[in-house]
Amino acid sequence: MTAVATLPGTFSLGLSRGATELREFFRQKENLIFTVSLPAILMLLLGTVYVKEPAAGQMFAASMIGAGIISTSFVGLGMSVVADREDGTLKRLRGTPMPFTSYFIGKIVLVFVSSLVEAVLLMAVAMLRFDVELPSTAQKWFTFGWVFVLGVISCSLIGVALSSIAKSTRNAAGVLNLPYIVLQFLSGVFISQAVLPESLRVTGSLFPLKWVCQGFRSVFALDDGYAVMEAAGSWELGKIALVLGAWTIAGLLLVTRTFRWSNTTS
Amino acid sequence: MNAIRVRGLKKAYKGHQAVAGVDLDVARGEVFAVLGPNGAGKTTTVEILEGHRGRDAGEVSVLGDDPARAGRVWRSRLGIVLQSASDAANLTVHEAVRHYAKYYADPRDPDEVIELVGLAEKAKSRAGTLSGGQRRRLDVALGIIGRPELVFLDEPTTGFDPEARRHFWGLIKSLAAEGTTILLTTHYLDEAEALADRVAVLAGGRIVAEGTPQTLNGRAHADATVRWLSDRGYQEVRTSEPTKVIAELSRHGELAELTVTRPSLEDVYLELIA
Repeated sequence: MTAVATLPGTFSLGLSRGATELREFFRQKENLIFTVSLPAILMLLLGTVYVKEPAAGQMFAASMIGAGIISTSFVGLGMSVVADREDGTLKRLRGTPMPFTSYFIGKIVLVFVSSLVEAVLLMAVAMLRFDVELPSTAQKWFTFGWVFVLGVISCSLIGVALSSIAKSTRNAAGVLNLPYIVLQFLSGVFISQAVLPESLRVTGSLFPLKWVCQGFRSVFALDDGYAVMEAAGSWELGKIALVLGAWTIAGLLLVTRTFRWSNTTS
Repeated sequence: MNAIRVRGLKKAYKGHQAVAGVDLDVARGEVFAVLGPNGAGKTTTVEILEGHRGRDAGEVSVLGDDPARAGRVWRSRLGIVLQSASDAANLTVHEAVRHYAKYYADPRDPDEVIELVGLAEKAKSRAGTLSGGQRRRLDVALGIIGRPELVFLDEPTTGFDPEARRHFWGLIKSLAAEGTTILLTTHYLDEAEALADRVAVLAGGRIVAEGTPQTLNGRAHADATVRWLSDRGYQEVRTSEPTKVIAELSRHGELAELTVTRPSLEDVYLELIA
Protein backbone atom coordinates (compact mmCIF):
# COMPACT_ATOMS: atom_id res chain seq x y z
CA MET A 1 0.00 0.00 0.00
CA THR A 2 1.63 3.21 -1.15
CA ALA A 3 -0.94 5.29 0.70
CA VAL A 4 0.80 4.52 4.02
CA ALA A 5 3.58 6.89 3.21
CA THR A 6 1.37 9.66 1.95
CA LEU A 7 -1.31 9.90 4.66
CA PRO A 8 -0.65 13.19 6.47
CA GLY A 9 1.26 13.14 9.74
CA THR A 10 -0.41 13.06 13.15
CA PHE A 11 1.15 16.32 14.32
CA SER A 12 0.45 18.41 11.24
CA LEU A 13 -3.15 17.16 11.26
CA GLY A 14 -3.31 18.12 14.94
CA LEU A 15 -2.25 21.69 14.13
CA SER A 16 -4.76 21.81 11.30
CA ARG A 17 -7.47 20.67 13.69
CA GLY A 18 -6.33 23.32 16.16
CA ALA A 19 -6.72 26.04 13.54
CA THR A 20 -10.22 24.80 12.69
CA GLU A 21 -11.17 24.50 16.38
CA LEU A 22 -10.05 28.11 16.99
CA ARG A 23 -11.97 29.35 13.97
CA GLU A 24 -15.14 27.69 15.26
CA PHE A 25 -14.52 28.77 18.85
CA PHE A 26 -14.05 32.45 18.16
CA ARG A 27 -17.10 32.57 15.86
CA GLN A 28 -19.39 31.65 18.75
CA LYS A 29 -20.51 34.65 20.77
CA GLU A 30 -21.24 32.62 23.90
CA ASN A 31 -17.59 31.50 23.98
CA LEU A 32 -16.37 35.06 23.64
CA ILE A 33 -18.65 36.28 26.42
CA PHE A 34 -18.57 33.45 28.96
CA THR A 35 -15.28 31.69 28.46
CA VAL A 36 -12.98 34.47 27.35
CA SER A 37 -14.43 37.64 28.92
CA LEU A 38 -16.16 36.52 32.11
CA PRO A 39 -13.02 36.31 34.26
CA ALA A 40 -12.08 39.86 33.19
CA ILE A 41 -15.60 41.09 33.99
CA LEU A 42 -15.48 39.39 37.40
CA MET A 43 -12.08 40.95 38.00
CA LEU A 44 -13.58 44.34 37.33
CA LEU A 45 -16.64 43.75 39.54
CA LEU A 46 -15.08 41.97 42.49
CA GLY A 47 -11.88 43.95 42.26
CA THR A 48 -13.84 47.15 42.79
CA VAL A 49 -15.15 45.66 46.07
CA TYR A 50 -12.06 43.85 47.33
CA VAL A 51 -9.07 45.76 46.11
CA LYS A 52 -8.29 48.62 48.49
CA GLU A 53 -4.51 48.58 48.16
CA PRO A 54 -2.00 47.62 45.43
CA ALA A 55 -0.84 44.44 47.21
CA ALA A 56 -4.39 43.10 47.31
CA GLY A 57 -4.82 43.90 43.61
CA GLN A 58 -1.74 41.84 42.75
CA MET A 59 -3.00 38.85 44.76
CA PHE A 60 -6.56 39.01 43.48
CA ALA A 61 -5.49 39.35 39.85
CA ALA A 62 -3.22 36.31 40.24
CA SER A 63 -6.05 34.22 41.69
CA MET A 64 -8.45 35.34 38.96
CA ILE A 65 -5.99 34.34 36.23
CA GLY A 66 -5.81 30.93 37.88
CA ALA A 67 -9.59 30.63 38.03
CA GLY A 68 -9.82 31.88 34.45
CA ILE A 69 -7.57 29.27 32.90
CA ILE A 70 -9.45 26.54 34.77
CA SER A 71 -12.61 27.94 33.22
CA THR A 72 -11.18 27.73 29.69
CA SER A 73 -9.54 24.33 30.22
CA PHE A 74 -11.67 22.32 32.63
CA VAL A 75 -15.11 23.78 31.85
CA GLY A 76 -14.48 25.01 28.32
CA LEU A 77 -12.75 21.92 26.97
CA GLY A 78 -15.08 19.53 28.77
CA MET A 79 -18.05 21.33 27.22
CA SER A 80 -16.50 21.31 23.76
CA VAL A 81 -15.91 17.55 23.86
CA VAL A 82 -19.50 16.96 24.97
CA ALA A 83 -20.67 19.20 22.12
CA ASP A 84 -18.47 17.26 19.66
CA ARG A 85 -20.12 14.07 20.82
CA GLU A 86 -23.61 15.57 20.60
CA ASP A 87 -23.41 17.23 17.17
CA GLY A 88 -21.67 14.31 15.41
CA THR A 89 -18.17 15.79 15.13
CA LEU A 90 -16.58 12.84 16.91
CA LYS A 91 -18.63 10.30 15.01
CA ARG A 92 -17.55 11.89 11.73
CA LEU A 93 -13.89 12.10 12.72
CA ARG A 94 -13.92 8.46 13.76
CA GLY A 95 -14.94 7.59 10.21
CA THR A 96 -11.92 9.36 8.73
CA PRO A 97 -8.25 8.35 8.76
CA MET A 98 -7.49 11.13 11.28
CA PRO A 99 -5.63 9.66 14.29
CA PHE A 100 -7.23 10.22 17.69
CA THR A 101 -4.05 11.96 18.87
CA SER A 102 -4.55 14.68 16.24
CA TYR A 103 -7.99 15.45 17.67
CA PHE A 104 -6.37 15.86 21.04
CA ILE A 105 -3.54 18.05 19.77
CA GLY A 106 -6.22 20.27 18.20
CA LYS A 107 -8.00 20.58 21.54
CA ILE A 108 -4.75 21.44 23.31
CA VAL A 109 -4.09 24.21 20.77
CA LEU A 110 -7.64 25.49 21.33
CA VAL A 111 -7.28 25.49 25.12
CA PHE A 112 -3.87 27.16 25.14
CA VAL A 113 -4.89 29.94 22.78
CA SER A 114 -8.25 30.59 24.45
CA SER A 115 -6.63 30.51 27.93
CA LEU A 116 -3.94 32.90 26.80
CA VAL A 117 -6.44 35.34 25.27
CA GLU A 118 -8.52 35.15 28.44
CA ALA A 119 -5.48 35.74 30.68
CA VAL A 120 -4.21 38.67 28.58
CA LEU A 121 -7.66 40.31 28.66
CA LEU A 122 -7.87 39.87 32.42
CA MET A 123 -4.37 41.26 32.96
CA ALA A 124 -5.19 44.24 30.78
CA VAL A 125 -8.21 45.01 32.96
CA ALA A 126 -6.16 44.51 36.13
CA MET A 127 -3.36 46.78 34.88
CA LEU A 128 -5.59 49.56 33.59
CA ARG A 129 -8.15 49.64 36.38
CA PHE A 130 -6.22 48.44 39.45
CA ASP A 131 -2.64 49.36 38.50
CA VAL A 132 -1.55 45.75 38.79
CA GLU A 133 2.10 45.27 37.83
CA LEU A 134 3.39 42.44 35.66
CA PRO A 135 6.05 40.09 37.09
CA SER A 136 9.43 41.75 36.86
CA THR A 137 11.99 38.94 36.72
CA ALA A 138 12.66 36.19 34.20
CA GLN A 139 12.48 33.66 37.00
CA LYS A 140 8.93 34.75 37.87
CA TRP A 141 7.89 34.52 34.23
CA PHE A 142 9.39 31.02 34.16
CA THR A 143 7.25 30.03 37.15
CA PHE A 144 4.24 31.63 35.47
CA GLY A 145 4.96 29.56 32.35
CA TRP A 146 5.18 26.14 33.93
CA VAL A 147 2.23 26.71 36.28
CA PHE A 148 0.18 27.86 33.28
CA VAL A 149 1.14 24.84 31.16
CA LEU A 150 0.72 22.24 33.89
CA GLY A 151 -2.52 23.83 35.09
CA VAL A 152 -4.04 23.95 31.62
CA ILE A 153 -3.01 20.39 30.72
CA SER A 154 -4.10 18.74 33.98
CA CYS A 155 -7.44 20.57 34.07
CA SER A 156 -8.07 19.88 30.37
CA LEU A 157 -7.60 16.16 30.94
CA ILE A 158 -9.90 16.11 33.97
CA GLY A 159 -12.49 18.10 32.03
CA VAL A 160 -12.42 15.63 29.14
CA ALA A 161 -12.63 12.70 31.55
CA LEU A 162 -15.66 14.23 33.29
CA SER A 163 -17.25 14.99 29.91
CA SER A 164 -17.75 11.24 29.47
CA ILE A 165 -20.21 11.31 32.37
CA ALA A 166 -22.35 14.02 30.80
CA LYS A 167 -24.82 12.83 28.18
CA SER A 168 -25.64 16.24 26.75
CA THR A 169 -24.32 19.80 26.73
CA ARG A 170 -27.14 20.83 29.07
CA ASN A 171 -26.07 18.11 31.45
CA ALA A 172 -22.40 18.96 31.08
CA ALA A 173 -22.86 22.58 32.14
CA GLY A 174 -23.89 21.28 35.57
CA VAL A 175 -21.39 18.45 35.82
CA LEU A 176 -18.51 20.81 35.03
CA ASN A 177 -19.63 24.11 36.56
CA LEU A 178 -20.60 22.76 39.96
CA PRO A 179 -17.12 21.54 40.96
CA TYR A 180 -15.57 24.64 39.34
CA ILE A 181 -17.69 27.12 41.32
CA VAL A 182 -17.40 25.22 44.60
CA LEU A 183 -13.64 24.90 44.19
CA GLN A 184 -13.25 28.64 43.62
CA PHE A 185 -14.49 29.16 47.19
CA LEU A 186 -12.30 26.37 48.61
CA SER A 187 -9.13 27.26 46.72
CA GLY A 188 -8.43 30.80 47.80
CA VAL A 189 -9.85 32.62 44.77
CA PHE A 190 -12.65 34.59 46.47
CA ILE A 191 -11.75 33.88 50.10
CA SER A 192 -8.28 33.35 51.50
CA GLN A 193 -7.74 29.68 52.29
CA ALA A 194 -6.21 30.69 55.61
CA VAL A 195 -9.66 31.66 56.98
CA LEU A 196 -11.36 28.41 55.92
CA PRO A 197 -12.10 25.60 58.38
CA GLU A 198 -9.57 22.78 58.24
CA SER A 199 -11.90 20.31 56.44
CA LEU A 200 -12.72 22.74 53.61
CA ARG A 201 -9.09 23.80 53.27
CA VAL A 202 -7.99 20.16 52.94
CA THR A 203 -10.74 19.46 50.40
CA GLY A 204 -9.73 22.46 48.31
CA SER A 205 -6.08 21.44 48.50
CA LEU A 206 -6.81 18.10 46.85
CA PHE A 207 -7.60 19.76 43.51
CA PRO A 208 -5.47 21.68 40.99
CA LEU A 209 -7.19 25.08 41.26
CA LYS A 210 -5.66 25.96 44.65
CA TRP A 211 -2.16 25.11 43.43
CA VAL A 212 -2.50 27.00 40.15
CA CYS A 213 -3.70 30.12 42.01
CA GLN A 214 -0.97 29.81 44.64
CA GLY A 215 1.63 29.52 41.88
CA PHE A 216 0.34 32.67 40.19
CA ARG A 217 0.24 34.55 43.51
CA SER A 218 3.92 33.71 44.00
CA VAL A 219 4.56 35.33 40.62
CA PHE A 220 2.44 38.46 41.14
CA ALA A 221 3.17 39.10 44.86
CA LEU A 222 4.98 42.42 45.36
CA ASP A 223 7.56 40.53 47.43
CA ASP A 224 8.02 37.05 48.86
CA GLY A 225 6.94 38.24 52.32
CA TYR A 226 3.32 37.80 51.16
CA ALA A 227 3.84 34.03 51.26
CA VAL A 228 2.91 34.15 54.96
CA MET A 229 -0.68 34.78 53.84
CA GLU A 230 -0.82 31.32 52.24
CA ALA A 231 -2.30 28.46 54.24
CA ALA A 232 1.12 26.81 54.57
CA GLY A 233 2.96 30.09 55.08
CA SER A 234 5.12 29.57 51.99
CA TRP A 235 4.72 29.38 48.16
CA GLU A 236 5.38 25.60 48.08
CA LEU A 237 6.50 25.68 44.44
CA GLY A 238 7.80 22.09 44.56
CA LYS A 239 4.51 20.83 45.91
CA ILE A 240 2.60 22.75 43.21
CA ALA A 241 4.57 20.94 40.51
CA LEU A 242 4.02 17.63 42.24
CA VAL A 243 0.24 18.00 42.66
CA LEU A 244 -0.33 19.32 39.12
CA GLY A 245 1.93 16.60 37.72
CA ALA A 246 0.01 13.92 39.59
CA TRP A 247 -3.32 15.29 38.29
CA THR A 248 -1.92 15.30 34.74
CA ILE A 249 -1.03 11.61 34.99
CA ALA A 250 -4.34 10.75 36.68
CA GLY A 251 -6.22 12.74 34.01
CA LEU A 252 -4.37 10.99 31.20
CA LEU A 253 -5.23 7.58 32.66
CA LEU A 254 -8.87 8.60 33.18
CA VAL A 255 -9.20 9.90 29.61
CA THR A 256 -7.73 6.78 28.00
CA ARG A 257 -10.03 4.59 30.10
CA THR A 258 -13.26 6.55 29.83
CA PHE A 259 -13.21 8.35 26.48
CA ARG A 260 -16.30 7.67 24.35
CA TRP A 261 -16.72 8.51 20.67
CA SER A 262 -20.51 8.60 20.85
CA ASN A 263 -23.40 8.55 23.27
CA THR A 264 -24.51 5.07 22.22
CA THR A 265 -22.89 2.05 23.81
CA SER A 266 -20.93 -0.41 21.71
CA MET B 1 -12.82 -9.85 -4.73
CA ASN B 2 -16.04 -8.59 -3.18
CA ALA B 3 -16.09 -5.17 -1.54
CA ILE B 4 -18.03 -6.63 1.39
CA ARG B 5 -18.26 -10.24 2.51
CA VAL B 6 -20.13 -11.17 5.71
CA ARG B 7 -20.77 -14.66 7.09
CA GLY B 8 -22.79 -15.53 10.18
CA LEU B 9 -22.68 -12.03 11.70
CA LYS B 10 -24.20 -11.80 15.19
CA LYS B 11 -24.53 -8.98 17.70
CA ALA B 12 -26.63 -8.78 20.87
CA TYR B 13 -27.33 -5.89 23.27
CA LYS B 14 -28.28 -6.80 26.82
CA GLY B 15 -30.07 -10.00 25.83
CA HIS B 16 -31.66 -8.52 22.68
CA GLN B 17 -30.33 -10.19 19.52
CA ALA B 18 -29.99 -7.20 17.16
CA VAL B 19 -28.23 -9.13 14.39
CA ALA B 20 -28.91 -12.86 14.34
CA GLY B 21 -26.75 -14.43 11.65
CA VAL B 22 -26.38 -12.22 8.58
CA ASP B 23 -24.63 -13.28 5.36
CA LEU B 24 -23.93 -10.57 2.82
CA ASP B 25 -21.94 -10.17 -0.38
CA VAL B 26 -21.53 -6.84 -2.14
CA ALA B 27 -19.55 -6.81 -5.35
CA ARG B 28 -17.19 -4.00 -6.26
CA GLY B 29 -18.94 -1.21 -8.11
CA GLU B 30 -22.35 -2.38 -6.97
CA VAL B 31 -25.06 -0.22 -5.37
CA PHE B 32 -26.54 -2.37 -2.64
CA ALA B 33 -29.55 -1.37 -0.54
CA VAL B 34 -30.43 -2.82 2.85
CA LEU B 35 -34.14 -2.46 3.58
CA GLY B 36 -35.96 -3.19 6.80
CA PRO B 37 -38.20 -1.76 9.49
CA ASN B 38 -36.83 0.17 12.47
CA GLY B 39 -35.06 -2.17 14.85
CA ALA B 40 -34.35 -4.75 12.13
CA GLY B 41 -30.61 -4.46 12.70
CA LYS B 42 -29.73 -2.24 9.71
CA THR B 43 -27.76 0.40 11.58
CA THR B 44 -25.99 -2.15 13.79
CA THR B 45 -24.93 -4.14 10.73
CA VAL B 46 -23.68 -1.05 8.93
CA GLU B 47 -21.82 0.21 12.01
CA ILE B 48 -20.04 -3.14 12.34
CA LEU B 49 -19.01 -2.91 8.67
CA GLU B 50 -17.75 0.65 9.25
CA GLY B 51 -15.63 -0.55 12.17
CA HIS B 52 -17.60 1.59 14.66
CA ARG B 53 -19.06 -1.33 16.56
CA GLY B 54 -17.79 -4.70 17.74
CA ARG B 55 -19.47 -8.02 16.92
CA ASP B 56 -20.20 -11.17 18.89
CA ALA B 57 -19.67 -13.70 16.11
CA GLY B 58 -19.13 -14.09 12.39
CA GLU B 59 -16.62 -13.23 9.69
CA VAL B 60 -16.52 -9.75 8.21
CA SER B 61 -14.34 -8.53 5.37
CA VAL B 62 -14.63 -4.98 4.04
CA LEU B 63 -12.27 -4.05 1.20
CA GLY B 64 -10.27 -7.13 2.15
CA ASP B 65 -9.76 -6.24 5.82
CA ASP B 66 -11.55 -7.02 9.06
CA PRO B 67 -13.09 -3.70 10.21
CA ALA B 68 -12.45 -4.60 13.85
CA ARG B 69 -8.68 -4.59 13.22
CA ALA B 70 -8.21 -2.29 10.23
CA GLY B 71 -6.18 0.90 10.50
CA ARG B 72 -5.87 4.37 8.98
CA VAL B 73 -5.11 3.29 5.44
CA TRP B 74 -8.22 1.11 5.34
CA ARG B 75 -10.25 4.00 6.75
CA SER B 76 -8.99 6.33 4.05
CA ARG B 77 -10.55 4.02 1.44
CA LEU B 78 -14.03 4.33 2.99
CA GLY B 79 -16.53 7.15 2.97
CA ILE B 80 -19.18 7.36 5.65
CA VAL B 81 -22.13 9.70 5.20
CA LEU B 82 -23.65 10.46 8.57
CA GLN B 83 -27.38 10.37 9.13
CA SER B 84 -28.06 13.31 11.44
CA ALA B 85 -24.92 15.32 12.06
CA SER B 86 -25.02 19.06 12.81
CA ASP B 87 -21.27 19.50 13.31
CA ALA B 88 -19.06 22.23 11.82
CA ALA B 89 -22.00 24.65 12.15
CA ASN B 90 -19.65 27.63 12.40
CA LEU B 91 -17.51 26.71 9.43
CA THR B 92 -18.45 27.61 5.89
CA VAL B 93 -19.15 24.80 3.45
CA HIS B 94 -15.86 25.50 1.74
CA GLU B 95 -13.88 25.58 4.98
CA ALA B 96 -15.38 22.30 6.18
CA VAL B 97 -14.77 20.45 2.90
CA ARG B 98 -11.24 21.85 2.59
CA HIS B 99 -10.45 20.85 6.18
CA TYR B 100 -11.65 17.28 5.77
CA ALA B 101 -9.69 16.97 2.53
CA LYS B 102 -6.51 17.33 4.60
CA TYR B 103 -7.06 13.95 6.27
CA TYR B 104 -6.50 12.00 3.07
CA ALA B 105 -3.53 11.07 0.95
CA ASP B 106 -5.18 11.78 -2.38
CA PRO B 107 -8.34 13.82 -1.83
CA ARG B 108 -10.65 15.17 -4.49
CA ASP B 109 -10.53 18.87 -5.20
CA PRO B 110 -12.76 20.60 -2.59
CA ASP B 111 -14.26 23.01 -5.14
CA GLU B 112 -15.11 20.15 -7.49
CA VAL B 113 -16.79 18.18 -4.70
CA ILE B 114 -18.83 21.23 -3.64
CA GLU B 115 -19.88 21.65 -7.26
CA LEU B 116 -20.70 17.94 -7.56
CA VAL B 117 -23.06 17.97 -4.57
CA GLY B 118 -24.69 21.16 -5.82
CA LEU B 119 -23.56 23.51 -3.07
CA ALA B 120 -21.44 25.88 -5.17
CA GLU B 121 -23.77 28.79 -4.40
CA LYS B 122 -23.59 28.00 -0.69
CA ALA B 123 -19.80 27.54 -0.54
CA LYS B 124 -19.36 30.67 1.58
CA SER B 125 -22.36 30.03 3.86
CA ARG B 126 -21.93 28.65 7.35
CA ALA B 127 -22.95 24.98 7.60
CA GLY B 128 -25.35 25.90 10.41
CA THR B 129 -27.44 28.04 8.04
CA LEU B 130 -28.06 25.29 5.45
CA SER B 131 -31.48 23.70 4.91
CA GLY B 132 -31.95 20.02 5.76
CA GLY B 133 -31.36 18.86 2.20
CA GLN B 134 -28.34 21.12 1.73
CA ARG B 135 -26.88 19.91 5.01
CA ARG B 136 -27.15 16.26 3.88
CA ARG B 137 -25.41 17.18 0.64
CA LEU B 138 -22.59 18.67 2.70
CA ASP B 139 -22.45 15.35 4.58
CA VAL B 140 -22.07 13.58 1.25
CA ALA B 141 -19.33 16.01 0.23
CA LEU B 142 -17.44 15.25 3.46
CA GLY B 143 -18.03 11.53 2.92
CA ILE B 144 -16.58 11.44 -0.60
CA ILE B 145 -13.80 14.04 -0.32
CA GLY B 146 -11.21 11.30 0.27
CA ARG B 147 -11.99 9.54 -3.05
CA PRO B 148 -13.44 6.46 -1.29
CA GLU B 149 -13.78 3.05 -2.95
CA LEU B 150 -16.78 2.24 -0.77
CA VAL B 151 -19.41 4.65 0.54
CA PHE B 152 -21.87 3.97 3.37
CA LEU B 153 -25.13 5.91 3.26
CA ASP B 154 -27.41 5.39 6.24
CA GLU B 155 -30.96 6.58 5.44
CA PRO B 156 -29.62 9.54 3.48
CA THR B 157 -32.88 11.15 2.34
CA THR B 158 -34.99 10.99 5.51
CA GLY B 159 -36.89 14.26 5.78
CA PHE B 160 -36.18 15.41 2.21
CA ASP B 161 -38.82 17.02 0.03
CA PRO B 162 -39.49 15.14 -3.24
CA GLU B 163 -37.37 17.47 -5.35
CA ALA B 164 -34.40 17.30 -2.99
CA ARG B 165 -34.63 13.50 -3.06
CA ARG B 166 -34.50 13.42 -6.86
CA HIS B 167 -31.42 15.68 -6.80
CA PHE B 168 -29.84 13.46 -4.23
CA TRP B 169 -30.52 10.33 -6.27
CA GLY B 170 -28.80 11.94 -9.23
CA LEU B 171 -25.76 12.57 -7.06
CA ILE B 172 -25.63 8.94 -5.87
CA LYS B 173 -26.02 7.70 -9.45
CA SER B 174 -23.12 9.84 -10.60
CA LEU B 175 -20.95 8.38 -7.82
CA ALA B 176 -21.96 4.86 -8.81
CA ALA B 177 -21.19 5.67 -12.45
CA GLU B 178 -17.61 6.46 -11.39
CA GLY B 179 -17.33 2.91 -10.05
CA THR B 180 -17.79 3.66 -6.34
CA THR B 181 -19.32 0.78 -4.38
CA ILE B 182 -22.29 2.03 -2.37
CA LEU B 183 -24.04 0.44 0.58
CA LEU B 184 -27.29 2.20 1.32
CA THR B 185 -29.88 1.69 4.02
CA THR B 186 -33.29 3.18 3.47
CA HIS B 187 -36.94 3.12 4.45
CA TYR B 188 -38.02 4.24 1.01
CA LEU B 189 -38.79 1.44 -1.43
CA ASP B 190 -38.84 3.77 -4.43
CA GLU B 191 -35.36 4.92 -3.44
CA ALA B 192 -34.06 1.35 -3.41
CA GLU B 193 -35.75 0.70 -6.73
CA ALA B 194 -34.28 3.83 -8.32
CA LEU B 195 -30.73 3.38 -7.06
CA ALA B 196 -29.89 -0.19 -6.14
CA ASP B 197 -28.53 -2.97 -8.32
CA ARG B 198 -29.47 -5.40 -5.56
CA VAL B 199 -31.42 -5.19 -2.32
CA ALA B 200 -31.59 -7.26 0.84
CA VAL B 201 -34.49 -7.15 3.29
CA LEU B 202 -33.49 -7.36 6.92
CA ALA B 203 -36.10 -8.31 9.53
CA GLY B 204 -35.53 -9.41 13.10
CA GLY B 205 -31.77 -9.40 12.59
CA ARG B 206 -31.86 -11.78 9.60
CA ILE B 207 -31.90 -11.34 5.85
CA VAL B 208 -35.30 -12.62 4.73
CA ALA B 209 -34.89 -11.92 1.01
CA GLU B 210 -32.23 -10.77 -1.40
CA GLY B 211 -32.25 -10.00 -5.10
CA THR B 212 -32.62 -7.25 -7.67
CA PRO B 213 -35.45 -4.80 -6.96
CA GLN B 214 -37.26 -6.18 -10.04
CA THR B 215 -37.13 -9.86 -9.04
CA LEU B 216 -37.17 -9.72 -5.22
CA ASN B 217 -39.13 -12.61 -3.72
CA GLY B 218 -40.35 -13.77 -7.15
CA ARG B 219 -41.83 -10.37 -7.93
CA ALA B 220 -41.22 -10.68 -11.68
CA HIS B 221 -43.11 -13.97 -11.88
CA ALA B 222 -45.90 -13.14 -9.48
CA ASP B 223 -49.50 -13.11 -10.72
CA ALA B 224 -50.55 -9.91 -12.47
CA THR B 225 -53.75 -8.07 -11.68
CA VAL B 226 -55.86 -7.01 -14.67
CA ARG B 227 -58.32 -4.26 -13.81
CA TRP B 228 -60.91 -2.47 -15.89
CA LEU B 229 -64.16 -0.58 -15.59
CA SER B 230 -67.38 -2.24 -16.78
CA ASP B 231 -71.09 -1.34 -16.44
CA ARG B 232 -71.07 -3.13 -13.09
CA GLY B 233 -68.11 -1.16 -11.71
CA TYR B 234 -64.40 -2.05 -11.44
CA GLN B 235 -63.50 -5.63 -12.29
CA GLU B 236 -60.29 -7.41 -11.24
CA VAL B 237 -58.69 -10.67 -12.35
CA ARG B 238 -55.48 -12.13 -10.92
CA THR B 239 -53.70 -14.19 -13.52
CA SER B 240 -50.35 -15.56 -14.58
CA GLU B 241 -51.32 -14.91 -18.22
CA PRO B 242 -52.50 -11.29 -18.44
CA THR B 243 -52.02 -11.05 -22.21
CA LYS B 244 -54.37 -13.93 -22.78
CA VAL B 245 -56.96 -12.48 -20.41
CA ILE B 246 -56.91 -9.09 -22.12
CA ALA B 247 -57.17 -10.69 -25.58
CA GLU B 248 -60.23 -12.59 -24.37
CA LEU B 249 -61.85 -9.54 -22.80
CA SER B 250 -61.15 -7.14 -25.64
CA ARG B 251 -63.16 -9.21 -28.10
CA HIS B 252 -66.25 -7.56 -26.59
CA GLY B 253 -64.95 -4.11 -27.35
CA GLU B 254 -62.94 -1.35 -25.69
CA LEU B 255 -62.03 -1.81 -21.98
CA ALA B 256 -62.32 1.35 -19.93
CA GLU B 257 -59.44 2.26 -17.58
CA LEU B 258 -57.55 -0.96 -18.33
CA THR B 259 -54.45 -1.59 -16.19
CA VAL B 260 -52.11 -4.54 -15.68
CA THR B 261 -50.09 -4.41 -12.46
CA ARG B 262 -47.66 -6.68 -10.69
CA PRO B 263 -46.88 -6.40 -6.98
CA SER B 264 -44.83 -3.28 -6.31
CA LEU B 265 -41.56 -3.52 -4.40
CA GLU B 266 -43.53 -2.12 -1.49
CA ASP B 267 -46.11 -4.95 -1.71
CA VAL B 268 -43.32 -7.54 -1.76
CA TYR B 269 -41.51 -5.82 1.09
CA LEU B 270 -44.57 -5.56 3.33
CA GLU B 271 -45.29 -9.24 2.73
CA LEU B 272 -41.70 -10.13 3.69
CA ILE B 273 -41.59 -8.24 6.97
CA ALA B 274 -45.14 -9.15 8.05
